Amino acid sequence: MNEVKPTIKSGIIPGLKAVWPICLGYIPIGLAFGVLAQKAGLHPLEIGAMSLLVFAGSSQFIAISMLSSGAGTIPIIATTFAVNSRHFLMSSALSARLSNVKKRILPLFAYGVTDESFALNISKFRDGNWDINRALIVNHTANITWIVSTILGGYWGQFIPPKAFGIDYALIAMFIGLLVFQLRGQKFVITAIIAGVLAIILSLIVPSNLHILLASIMAAALVVVFARRIK
Amino acid sequence: MLEKEYVILIIGMGLVTYLARLIPLLVLSRRNLPKWLSEGLDIIPVAILSAILLPLLVTSGEPKRIEFFQPELLVAIPTFIFALKTRSLSLTIVLGMLLFWIASKLM
Repeated sequence: MNEVKPTIKSGIIPGLKAVWPICLGYIPIGLAFGVLAQKAGLHPLEIGAMSLLVFAGSSQFIAISMLSSGAGTIPIIATTFAVNSRHFLMSSALSARLSNVKKRILPLFAYGVTDESFALNISKFRDGNWDINRALIVNHTANITWIVSTILGGYWGQFIPPKAFGIDYALIAMFIGLLVFQLRGQKFVITAIIAGVLAIILSLIVPSNLHILLASIMAAALVVVFARRIK
Repeated sequence: MLEKEYVILIIGMGLVTYLARLIPLLVLSRRNLPKWLSEGLDIIPVAILSAILLPLLVTSGEPKRIEFFQPELLVAIPTFIFALKTRSLSLTIVLGMLLFWIASKLM
């Protein structure tokens, strides 16, 4: 067979075809973030700079609320680290799929690892027919959408009615679909149930989204240990 | 103009976030992992997805409390079944949004 070497250009169309739900979901959240940040006294330029440098929705919301209540730089950075430490786990899982990728590409890819791009890329890699170029298009298209929506929110966000067209549900629906596709056998169903129940309980107790990291590590560890006992 | 203190803040936030995303890729991607770790990483995606999703469906408010009777969960049930049957991500998302739109008008 005549193998065509994949290039970043060849990733554009499949990448865009895959990424639209993320963009659709980021727009209302980005606008809402922009509105809040502007109310907290940030200029659209400052809002855009934060989105560009941090690119992590929930931690940006938390940073804004901490800024409004007068928190200092160090506590905000420490909280950001706690909130985003779950990405450490996501990159670990992605690393198994990126073993053939040139090392200098990895920093470019790492920048765009979010809950949403992780969920989408890991499912696509698992299905096969997915490569780093497509994954890069997914990550960076999502990133641009996020930056632009947050800046626009800083200017005009207050004019957009909430809940229009169910757009607030786009990301939840995407997570539902991706979760369903990951349930490829008993082990995965059991892991999902344990992680989900633990996450619900922990989300009531621990701050800053740490429940995602804690519940998934605990569930995976339990299942790995338990599966070995049975053998 | 961006104030110096704000610039330091967002650089710090960006740095800790970026390192959490980058270090595992650099360290783990070209290595033969021990079996327990690769078994763990194999089921981590489904664990993370479930750990992100379920609290969104059954908790609300700040501070968070359990809330079963809310559109997020009620819409999730038919959306979940639809995803199981069709195995189409795009259609699942469109259906979920549509049902949520209707539900938020009714509730």
